[in-house]
Amino acid sequence: MEILFAIIIGVLYAAGIYMILRRSLVKLIIGIILLGNGANLLIFLLGRISEGAPPIIPEESKVFLEAYADPVPQALILTAIVISFGLQSFAIILVKRAHKVVKTDDLDEMNATDEDS
Amino acid sequence: MLTAILLGFLFALFLVFAGKFFKGKLAVVSSIIPLSLFIYFASFIPRISSGEVIRRTYEWVPSFGVNLGFSLDGLSLLFSLMITGIGFLVYVYTSTYLKNHQYLDRFYAYLSVFMGAMLGLVLSDNIISMFVFWELTSISSFFLIGFNNTSEASRKSALTALGITGFGGFSLLAGALLLGSMAGTYSITEMLSMKEALAGHEFYILAVIFIFGAAFTKSAQFPFHFWLPGAMKAPTPVSTYLHSATMVKAGVYLLMRFTPVLGDTNFWNTTLISVGAITMLYSAVHTLFRTDLKGVLAYSTISALGILVFLIGLGSQGAFLAAAVFIIVHALYKATLFLVTGVIDLQSGTRNVTVLAGLRKVMMPVAVAGILAAISSAGIPPSIGFLGKELTYEASTHSTGLVIVIVAAIVLTKILLLYAGFVAGIKPFTGKLPEKFSEVKMPGPLMWVPPLLLAILGIVFGIFPALIESSLVKPVVTALSKDASDIHLALWHGFNTVLILSIITIVVGILLYLFLKPSEKLENRIGKLEPVSPESILKKLTYFFAVFSKFWTNVFQNGYLRNYVTTIVLFLVILVGYIFIGNSRLVIDHTQLSQITAYELAVTIILIGGVFYTVFTRSRIGAVAAMGVVGLAICLLFVFYSAPDLAMTQFSIDTLTVILFVLVLYRLPKYLVLSDYKMRIRDGILSLTFGGLISLLALQVLAEPVNSDIGDFYAKNAYLMAHGKNVVNVILVDFRGTDTLIEISVLAIAAIGVYGLLKLRVKSSDRPN
Repeated sequence: MEILFAIIIGVLYAAGIYMILRRSLVKLIIGIILLGNGANLLIFLLGRISEGAPPIIPEESKVFLEAYADPVPQALILTAIVISFGLQSFAIILVKRAHKVVKTDDLDEMNATDEDS
Repeated sequence: MLTAILLGFLFALFLVFAGKFFKGKLAVVSSIIPLSLFIYFASFIPRISSGEVIRRTYEWVPSFGVNLGFSLDGLSLLFSLMITGIGFLVYVYTSTYLKNHQYLDRFYAYLSVFMGAMLGLVLSDNIISMFVFWELTSISSFFLIGFNNTSEASRKSALTALGITGFGGFSLLAGALLLGSMAGTYSITEMLSMKEALAGHEFYILAVIFIFGAAFTKSAQFPFHFWLPGAMKAPTPVSTYLHSATMVKAGVYLLMRFTPVLGDTNFWNTTLISVGAITMLYSAVHTLFRTDLKGVLAYSTISALGILVFLIGLGSQGAFLAAAVFIIVHALYKATLFLVTGVIDLQSGTRNVTVLAGLRKVMMPVAVAGILAAISSAGIPPSIGFLGKELTYEASTHSTGLVIVIVAAIVLTKILLLYAGFVAGIKPFTGKLPEKFSEVKMPGPLMWVPPLLLAILGIVFGIFPALIESSLVKPVVTALSKDASDIHLALWHGFNTVLILSIITIVVGILLYLFLKPSEKLENRIGKLEPVSPESILKKLTYFFAVFSKFWTNVFQNGYLRNYVTTIVLFLVILVGYIFIGNSRLVIDHTQLSQITAYELAVTIILIGGVFYTVFTRSRIGAVAAMGVVGLAICLLFVFYSAPDLAMTQFSIDTLTVILFVLVLYRLPKYLVLSDYKMRIRDGILSLTFGGLISLLALQVLAEPVNSDIGDFYAKNAYLMAHGKNVVNVILVDFRGTDTLIEISVLAIAAIGVYGLLKLRVKSSDRPN
């Protein structure tokens, strides 16, 4: 399954970069989201994946008795997911605003700074 | 000694608050500062002339070996006396020259900073602190040159000077660091004992080049000389003090200071002789073509600096003696000539030598000062200038190598300098007084006493050379060449070759003065050579540099996001890919891997399918929906592999994002096809390579052992210390609670941003049409 994971991560990274390279702002955001997902999965994989062993201490015990998945990558990813939501929502609203003002979705038409115009 | 150096800085600071009291009649009071410093340093003369070297060390940055180490030997003493002595006269002179100037207090503050920095420079024993003071002199010089900050030419000259000397400062820093690492110490005194080791070091040449770079820029040696004539835009007291008597000699000082450490090698001597000779001849010839008094003086100063560098290059004891005497000679007569020029400029309103004449009738004392200085500069007995010239000739006739060339160069330079001195010191005062100058008045005594005093000193020292022999000159030669016992200064050396050369110089020089009149025609003629002068070449270089950097910026900072991303990704792919292919063999241990079940395979296929649909669909809503599918598939992967919390978070966040997207983008137009087929293929190849590289890296990392100490710690203590059983939750809200709090604040800020953007009303005027 690790190989499959690696392939998924590669696909997500490739798709993310490809979308970021497009000119459309919406595609750019989708690209960032895909890239973020790929990064999350990469951390998850590199923390070593294990099946059926969530890092939750059994009801009747005070410490782990059996093997458990490493909780640290999970905590990291959880933070990353939440933060990326903040980024995504802000970016989406920004695109909406930008579209309303400059009437375009094309990045190439937005690259002039105040000084140029 | 530290107090003496800091006094200038402290006074400058004091002027910031109390400046307004020093603008009026009290201005002259500020000259107490240089006067007291002069007396303080003069009190060291007996101790220094008996061969003592006074040292003080204060710790500054001991961990880097940078101490404020100061040492006062003959060389430092001579410079300190010049700095404070001429400084005193300039302070006095300025009080009248810039009388009632609205920024007079500022001017004194700059001068004081400069004086402090210059003293620090000549007293430093540590190269790093020397560098700091060196830069401070450049900076104060920048402010003084640009003192008339309403004139564009002033500002430009100030910038040029700062640029050139700043480059030199950089070179000094590089040289200092290199020398420091070669010698293992930053103290010049300690380096003295390692002369042989340093001269044999593989970086010797490089270190010397850096030191030369600093000295040549500061002392205006060819081809860096052009900032000095430009610096003459400064008020005349500044030209006197910084650009003739002290600061420009800092480069000469540096060379002298390092002569016992780095000198006496073939490279050292040859370079100094050639650069010095070119500079002294080049700028001496230039004086013939100037009509501005200050222009004449600027070029003759450069020429004098060239002579000094040349003498240091000769490297014999006689040459050091000549250099030591010539420093005194030059400081006396050149400062006088500058001060005289200042008087003429202020009283008559012009500095053009072609019109100035006959001023002796209206300002006799100034005329006396000017004529005496011209005599000293010409080297006519009994002035000290004669002594300096004799010693210089003596040193050149006793040099090794191409004696004839060396002697010819120095004699020619001296002839031309005689001409320059006469033009500046005698021409304005002789002849018939023109009608328009009949109203010119005599300046106040504070303006004519300083130049007269300096000029008379020049004659007194010439008649009684014993006054400076053991007190000033001998200690300098001792500092440079250890042995100076057989030095004896005298006006009359007997009838020999040197005397014949002297007579030739004086006769030819006076003839030149009588027959060649400075005129604008001549000045225009040399103007034609301007395009090939070092200044124009440098200007062109700066221009091309600007063009190049603009081109470079446009290539890399072109404002297209995708180009930035492409550059970054491409760089990463090539670099990491190169290392990866070169160094590692991919090993996959199949026994370590977990099995693939049918439902995992199904989820994987859905996920990859979703990604492909997201990328290739033409429908925006379709892409968003497919992205949601990808998120949910990832959510399932989390479920399979023991991460229930992640699965829950991913599920809710993914759903929210999709909803938000749909709500916002519903009204946007359809995707447009913005890029052509070729670009998509190119980007596709790049992204696939990148993705493939990441996959390979991931697999490679999996082959390495994992360290889970931190995870074990949390797992062990989650319940015992934090009383929670869901370890991931405990980490987030307890062990790393503060981090989570900050994360929540980030989200809150994002929420405020979103709210603000939604509520923001764009004014119609801001809307592009």
